[in-house]
Amino acid sequence: MIELYILLALMAVGAIIALETHDLISAVISLGVCGFSLVLIFLLLHAPDLAIVQIVVETLSLVILIAAILKTTREDTEERLSLVKTGLWVGGLFFVAIFMYFTYQVLQNMAEFGAPNLRMAVSYLEMGLKKTGAANLVGAVILDFRGYDTLGEATVLFTSVMGVLAVLRKIGRKKEGQNE
Amino acid sequence: MNERGMSLIVKTIARVLVGMIVLYGIYIVAHGHLTPGGGFAGGVIIAGGFILLYLAYGASEKESEFKKWQASLSESLGIFGFWLVAMLGLFIGGYFFLNVFAKGQSYRLFSGGIIPVCNAAIGAEVAGALVGIFIAFAALKLLGEK
Repeated sequence: MIELYILLALMAVGAIIALETHDLISAVISLGVCGFSLVLIFLLLHAPDLAIVQIVVETLSLVILIAAILKTTREDTEERLSLVKTGLWVGGLFFVAIFMYFTYQVLQNMAEFGAPNLRMAVSYLEMGLKKTGAANLVGAVILDFRGYDTLGEATVLFTSVMGVLAVLRKIGRKKEGQNE
Repeated sequence: MNERGMSLIVKTIARVLVGMIVLYGIYIVAHGHLTPGGGFAGGVIIAGGFILLYLAYGASEKESEFKKWQASLSESLGIFGFWLVAMLGLFIGGYFFLNVFAKGQSYRLFSGGIIPVCNAAIGAEVAGALVGIFIAFAALKLLGEK
């Protein structure tokens, strides 16, 4: 369990550095620390499916982000929020306190870590192979028992990529300084 | 020699590796119902192979537009195939996402009914999506550039 907490602390540090640093390459590398710590956490919790997806997505997104940074700029934009900064800090801490309070209340009522009391999971484990014929139970759940969710996920990916391609397209875009 | 892309060493290594990477991605997709992995993971690995090729060799503006179109086509066909398999269950068995194909013998490559088909469709969709995003963000000229 102790290594889990070390990795979680590493993730928090990586996320904070990624937000605060002004060098964009450092920010991307810190984000990578975050993602690869998550890979190790998935491996420690015996979730190889998630670990595979996370490691390849993390690597590829780092490559894409660094390629985009090399094409544009390395410097973060200057922040001009010094007057309202105190208000932002106070408001942020206020909401963090509220969030922590309710998280504590919820955790009091939850089952012990690693011992969920879900009846559906037990029946999936018992009937998965018989009902679907798929040896990988994760595949059986995401594509048979929970196929709707996967279709929704695939649609979200499809829609977001369509949005990116539409925003960054070249055809039909007006030239600079051209009116109507 | 071609001006575009990276050095000769990178090009040679990429040429040797890309076949293995794509083959491994196809293996992950095809065995998604037997071993850890599946459409999402395998699709990203396949996209990684193509992106390696792209980074090593580079491409002109026109080729990039064409490749973006291809990636978009692969993505659209993937999600259309996935939806089609789901609709097949509705028309044959009366339920959306019903496992209509034969289950086959467990632990074999051809087992699990619709699950391998869905995995292949998701693999095509994810690979096309990531290659398309990579081309849009990194390869084509961005907004401010001349």
